[in-house]
Amino acid sequence: MQLESLYQEIILDHYRHPHRKGLREPFDAEVHHVNPTCGDEVTLRVALKDAAGEPVVADVSYDALGCSISQASTSVLTDMVVGKTVAEAMDVSAEFLALMQSRGEGEPDEDVLGDAVAFEGVAKYPARIKCALLGWMAWKDATARALAEADPGAKDNS
Amino acid sequence: MTAASETVRLGGAPLSPLDTEAVRADFPILGRAVRGGHPLIYLDSGATSQKPRQVLDAERDFYTVHNAAAHRGNHLLAEETTDAYEGSRVRVAEFIGADPGEIIFTKSATEALNLVAYAMSNAATAGPEAERFRVGPGDEILVTEMEHHANLVPWQQLCLRTGATLRWFGVTPEGRLDLSNADELINDRTKLVAVTHQSNVTGAVPPVADIARLAHARGALVVVDGAQSVPHRSVDVAALGADFLAFSAHKMLGPSGIGVLWGRRELLEAMPPYVTGGSMIEVVRMEGSTFLPPPERFEAGVPPAAQAVGLAAACDYLDGIGMARLHAHEEALTAHGLEAVAAIPGVRVLGPLTTENRGGALSFVVDGVHPHDVGQVLDELGIAVRTGHHCAWPLHRALGVQATTRATFYLYNTHDEVDALADGIRQAQKFFGAA
Repeated sequence: MQLESLYQEIILDHYRHPHRKGLREPFDAEVHHVNPTCGDEVTLRVALKDAAGEPVVADVSYDALGCSISQASTSVLTDMVVGKTVAEAMDVSAEFLALMQSRGEGEPDEDVLGDAVAFEGVAKYPARIKCALLGWMAWKDATARALAEADPGAKDNS
Repeated sequence: MTAASETVRLGGAPLSPLDTEAVRADFPILGRAVRGGHPLIYLDSGATSQKPRQVLDAERDFYTVHNAAAHRGNHLLAEETTDAYEGSRVRVAEFIGADPGEIIFTKSATEALNLVAYAMSNAATAGPEAERFRVGPGDEILVTEMEHHANLVPWQQLCLRTGATLRWFGVTPEGRLDLSNADELINDRTKLVAVTHQSNVTGAVPPVADIARLAHARGALVVVDGAQSVPHRSVDVAALGADFLAFSAHKMLGPSGIGVLWGRRELLEAMPPYVTGGSMIEVVRMEGSTFLPPPERFEAGVPPAAQAVGLAAACDYLDGIGMARLHAHEEALTAHGLEAVAAIPGVRVLGPLTTENRGGALSFVVDGVHPHDVGQVLDELGIAVRTGHHCAWPLHRALGVQATTRATFYLYNTHDEVDALADGIRQAQKFFGAA
């Protein structure tokens, strides 16, 4: 079976033992995203902090209903972005999106993606890409809102 | 009739069982291999059915020999195409016991339902003959919690456009329609009742004829979504007691891109159009236009002749099998599926657990394994099922689940495939450590 290439052990581990699950205070923005094809949903909060004038991801907390791929992917996301500057985290997110859109032809950069390289196999199953992206898209959205909240002028520059 | 009976009696004469092997030989796609070289086990006919050679050949023959624009031009091909298109209308009418003038070809069952919903709001600006289609504040449109989104959202939107109120029948925990408050829900304010003829999730078959009787007693129109019934059992519009019936070709062995709206002639004659343009007009002047009688009034644009021909061939194929024989086969598969799947520890089947008033849709949840993941494991075994809410989100919510895995059976499915499904579910449980 090819299932093991899709459901790599890292994915199953995160699915069974998700990191940073649960909604926490404080937070700067909260979003609710839904995958309309299956009804999977995630409520995700982002807390930012300022480090030498640069926004840094202080915490990502979430509550989610969904399949193993979406749950694991959201868990891995928190590992990959918390503690990074928003700019660095956005780079990781862009790399993950590129991997998902590679149709399995991509060369994932483990230095950038860390555990998220385990989702390489998902890119070969177009119906599952949205599952893997659910949490990441929610995080991007929440972060953009948090930034706009902190600096209302930032919206105009984006 | 017991579900697992090998023969059914029709008018006293025993009916031989369906020859699945012969049927399968007519469907080229069933011979292909899928992931990992597994033979295809197609359990997603509720989403779309596969097509027999006879339908493919009819469409190919039409394009190869006759193709032109129906109802336009006076050359030979145009004439042949018009004959083929109109001949298909006659064939489809015969299939459901209707008059050909009452058959409107649409692009889908969804469009057929929208056609009625939009005709009702267009009635506001139509002549006095359209009076009975007008709805506004104080009027009620009655639907059910069991509907596919295609028979729910158009009515929500109609209410938004007109100010009418949307009301609905709930469902029982067993997934049946809860008719306990029917007397209150169907009242003098009710202008239209829209109900499914068979749930695409639970297979539950509501008592449509009874509902239609109650609705008609209050002067309400009755719209039936037959997308899951017409492909699977003999449907006769006279016995149905409804005013409109919508269904689509692609779920009944026909091509995609064509659906059907059947409507009572006197209603269609009074009903304003939905899509307007070429083909549906009587006289066009710059100041305004008049429209043709039905069915042409509701068929703007160059008609889908090849698809209609394919649909007619599908009707021929289904009648060749016999809808009673087909239904008996599906009922036996459903009984087998209910037994095999519901018996797996940690699996819950939604909807009725017997085949009584229940069609061949088997939706279930597996403790600890998300439907997407169940579907993924089944796919790896060559078994095609649907996962998600199957365009019936409110029904899933009502039954307390977020999503389900759904297997649907049709004439080409076998008992071995049902067993493979049950085995696949057990493998998914094992893979995810849920068993």
